[in-house]
Order: sequence, then C-alpha cells, then structure tokens
Amino acid sequence: MDTSALWLSLRLGLLTVLILLPFGILTGRWLAYRQFRGKAIVEAAVALPLVLPPTVFGYYLLVAFGAASPLGQAWTALTGQPLVFTFQGLLLASVIFNIPFAIQPMQRSFEAIPAEVRDAAACCGMTPFEALRRVELPLAWPGILTALVLSFAHTLGEFGIVLMVGGSIPGETKTVAIAIYDRVQAFDDAAAAKMSALLLAISLVAIAVTFALSGRIGRRRG
Amino acid sequence: MQGLAVQLCQETPIPLEAAFGCAAGEMLALVGPSGSGKSTILRCIAGLHRPERGSVVVDGEAWLDRSRGIDVATHRRGVGIVVQSYALFPHMTAIGNIEAALGHLPQSQRRDKARELLALVHLSGLEDRRPAELSGGQQQRVAVARALAREPKVLLLDEPFSAVDKVTRGRLYQQLAGMRQRLAMPIVLVTHDLDEALMLADSMCLLQRGRILQHGKPLELLQRPATVEAARLVGQRNIFPGRVLEQRAELTILDWRGRQLEVAPQPQWAPGTDIAWLIPPSKVVLHRRDRPSRGEAENPVMGSIVAHVALGDTTISTVKLDGNETRTLTLQVRTYVAERNKLGIGEQVALSLLAQAIHIMPAAAPRKR
Repeated sequence: MDTSALWLSLRLGLLTVLILLPFGILTGRWLAYRQFRGKAIVEAAVALPLVLPPTVFGYYLLVAFGAASPLGQAWTALTGQPLVFTFQGLLLASVIFNIPFAIQPMQRSFEAIPAEVRDAAACCGMTPFEALRRVELPLAWPGILTALVLSFAHTLGEFGIVLMVGGSIPGETKTVAIAIYDRVQAFDDAAAAKMSALLLAISLVAIAVTFALSGRIGRRRG
Repeated sequence: MQGLAVQLCQETPIPLEAAFGCAAGEMLALVGPSGSGKSTILRCIAGLHRPERGSVVVDGEAWLDRSRGIDVATHRRGVGIVVQSYALFPHMTAIGNIEAALGHLPQSQRRDKARELLALVHLSGLEDRRPAELSGGQQQRVAVARALAREPKVLLLDEPFSAVDKVTRGRLYQQLAGMRQRLAMPIVLVTHDLDEALMLADSMCLLQRGRILQHGKPLELLQRPATVEAARLVGQRNIFPGRVLEQRAELTILDWRGRQLEVAPQPQWAPGTDIAWLIPPSKVVLHRRDRPSRGEAENPVMGSIVAHVALGDTTISTVKLDGNETRTLTLQVRTYVAERNKLGIGEQVALSLLAQAIHIMPAAAPRKR
C-alpha cells in the first residue's frame, strides 16, 4: 500500500474541510437567509461542480491556475512557486470542487431554522454573533457535519480533477485515488485492492453518518 | 416622555400609514383583518422590519427615526416579544430559554432570576423540560417569561393566544390580566379577536389596509364606531341608511325609509343630514306574543323571520321587515326565549329598536366596485 499517498489524501481532505468550514457557514447562511436578485444564478454556480465532467472542470482549473493566467502569475509572484502541480494548487482545486458538497447541506440546515426563532434571538438581546453561536449553530450542526463528512470523503475519492491540476507527483500531489490507478497500471493488484477497500470503507461510513445526521435534523424540527 | 410613540409610513411590501401612542402600563390592542398590517407594525417596533419612513420613540429615546438616520438594532432595543408560534429555542430547556434572554445580568445571577420568572408564570418544576415536552399553554408561558426576562421597555404580543385551545386560552387570559400590575411598560397586543381586545386591552386601534380607522376604548369602539367601515370591521350587522329629521331636547329623530325612529340624543348631526345608523343585534327586543311588554312603544317594527340559527345559549334570527327597507335586520336573543316564543322561519315577529343603543355615523361612502 502506498502510505505516502494515503497520508497526502488525508492531509488534503482535512485541510479542505478546515477551509470549507467557515466559508461554507458564511456562504450557506447568506444563501439561506437573504433574498436578492440573481440568487438562482449564484445557487446554480455553487451546484455546477456536481454536473460538470471532472476532466472539463480540471481543464478549466488548470488554465486558471497556469503560469499564463493572472491567478497563476500572482501566486508565483507571491510565493515563488507555481500553482499547478503543487500541493497548494491541489488544495485550492479541492476546495473549489467541494463547494457544492459543503454549501448545500449547510444552506439547507440554516433554512430549516424558522425566521421567528432567529428574530427571537435578537429580541432576547443576542448580538448576531451570539445568535449564531447559541442558537443557529446548535440547530444547524447536523447539516454542517454532513457537509464536512461529504467533502472529506469526496476529496479522498476525486480522480479526474486531481490528475489534471496536480499530476501525479509522489509526496506532493499523488493522492490515494491516483495511487490505485497507478498500481493497477503496474499490475500490483494486491495494493490496489487494499487501497480500494479502504476508500470503500471510508465512503460507506461517510454515507452512513450523513444519513444518521439527516434523520436528526428531521427530529429536531418536530 | 414615558411610553411608546409610533409613526410609520410605507408603500411596499404592504401599505402602511399609522401613528399611535401607548402609555407606560397601558395595553393597546391592534385589531384588524389579516393583511391589515398589524404584525408589520409590531415588527417595526421590534426593529425586525424597517419602514420607508417613520419613527419609533420609547421613553423619549428614538429607536427608529428615518429622517435622522437612526435605526437601533433589534438586540439593542429593549423589546420583549411573544409570537403565535412562541419561537422557543428548541435545543434549550425551559429555564435555558429564559436564561438566554438574561444576557444583561452577570452569569451568577441568571439561574435565580430565571427560576423567579418561571415561578411568575407558574411553571416551577418544569425547568429542565425542552419545548417539545411542554404543552402549548406551557410553551406560551415560557415565551412570556422569556419576553419579560430582559425587563423590556416595550412588551409586544403577536397573537399569543391563538394557538391554544379555548380552555387554556381562558386560563392564559386570567394569568396575563393578573400580571398586569407588575408590567409597567407599554404593551402592544396584536389580535384579530375583538373579544380578546375587549377583555384585555385598555385601548384599541382598528386597522384596515395599513391605516388606523379608529383609536379608542375597546367597548366604545365596538358600540360606537366612527364610520360604517369601522362598524363592519367590528362585526356590526344592522347598519342602515337614514336622515336626521329633528333635534329635540332629549331625543334625536331619524327618518328610516319612511319610518320615524327616536334615538338617544346625538345633537352633533344637523337636521337634514344623510347618515347611517346601527343597532347591535342584542339591542333589538322581541315582544312576547302572549302579553305586550313595556318596550312596545319604543321604535316598533314588524317583520318575518327568514333565517334562524341557534348557537348554544344565543340564537341569531334574520328578519325581513315590513315596509320599504330591503335590508334584513338581525336580532340576537337567548335561546330559551326563542324557544318559548316559538321563533322559526316564516314566523311574524314584533320588535323594538332600543333608542339608547342606536348609534349615528356619517353616511356610507358608495362602495368601490
């Protein structure tokens, strides 16, 4: 088994989730509570990674991150490193392609909090931050945790985008999903089987946790 | 200046043009049909809705003054609110809900204060129950205790009694009435229930399409609405057109489609003025068939019953009058009286319109088509 690929995947998944947690809470809450012109367009953009073929998505990210792009140039000027084929670039891509998995469950769970309950928090003298901490997050946490679990599992399994943006550099951008492909190409079926079983187990647990939590959301509202 | 002064004006999302005051310790009822803007007014006071123009001043302090750019955030306004759904925090216990509104006290004092408030609403012993484990009436009382926890400068009640059964509602009315002397702040009660306003409120604003039709004492407003529109809103059914014929010393004489009516003196109406008048259904007196009663001479009318419905203790009869009046007259009698007199559809009845109960209003504007 390629342990360095496994560790890299875990590191990538954890960092992705850490970045998405505050970003998802803020964006999900914003989309849940605010009505504005063009909201449908923002929501469609958020959902886009769900339907776009990973290679197409990966291609655009590669173009956007490349040395010819303003983003790639700014990054290189700032850090002295290219954005493509590095762990940092892979992390950024991972955050972007996980946006729908993180934001949608969080948005739904904030939407499930009745407006009157939020109003009551303000009328109780809570500042918006206190209301978030004491009322909204305790009520929305199943959705937030679901979002994190889904994003983490999805990061471990993503193949197309990782290959396009990161390549397959051992220790830098070679994730477990790519290592499996690598092992199969090298006729190392035993290693491929082990890593596949591991990913299968992680995915199963993630889905089970998600279902258990969405059951909780339903009960909370009752 | 002590108390609440509100002035609001907007065109959207629902039109609103209202100004009223509510003194400290006074309970003001905002009454009107759904969509009349009563809840929006409450939300403006709480800072949950911002009107296009207007001001909200409490004890001389401006919470909202759009012309001066003042708009204090809800959590900085001292409001307590109880809404129809109670909006309790479902993840907190009863006492936790109350403590959540005690942020102005040091941590060490919150538990004791919350217990005291729970005792005030007679819920001692239920501290650790979650809202889902409380009955509707108990939830309402937790919501009241939570609203009072901040020692609010204004207490807002948005249909707080409409989600409980009738028996519980009666008990909650009593409890609120019993707490009144402890409540020194202005209280604004939103309701569509006139009886509720009559029972609880000191004054009442009648609202229609975002405008205040009338502001006054509840009983006064119910019995003496200023306009036909207000009369219809408070449920008056016997509204008829007429003309002032004559003003005498202790009588006003009306012409009602060729009939003369003697009514309690209302000298502000000049003879010759076209007016509308009303009489409450309970003030239309039925004459007994077997023997004449003393009210016989008081504005007697005859007619036949066209509809007849017994509603428990009282019976509502609709009468087609003899003569020129085409509109029907509604009368309300005790059901046993109706039975003793064998009232039924098609029966002829002799009635009196009590002079003291007839109230004169300006003639109705033609209805918009």
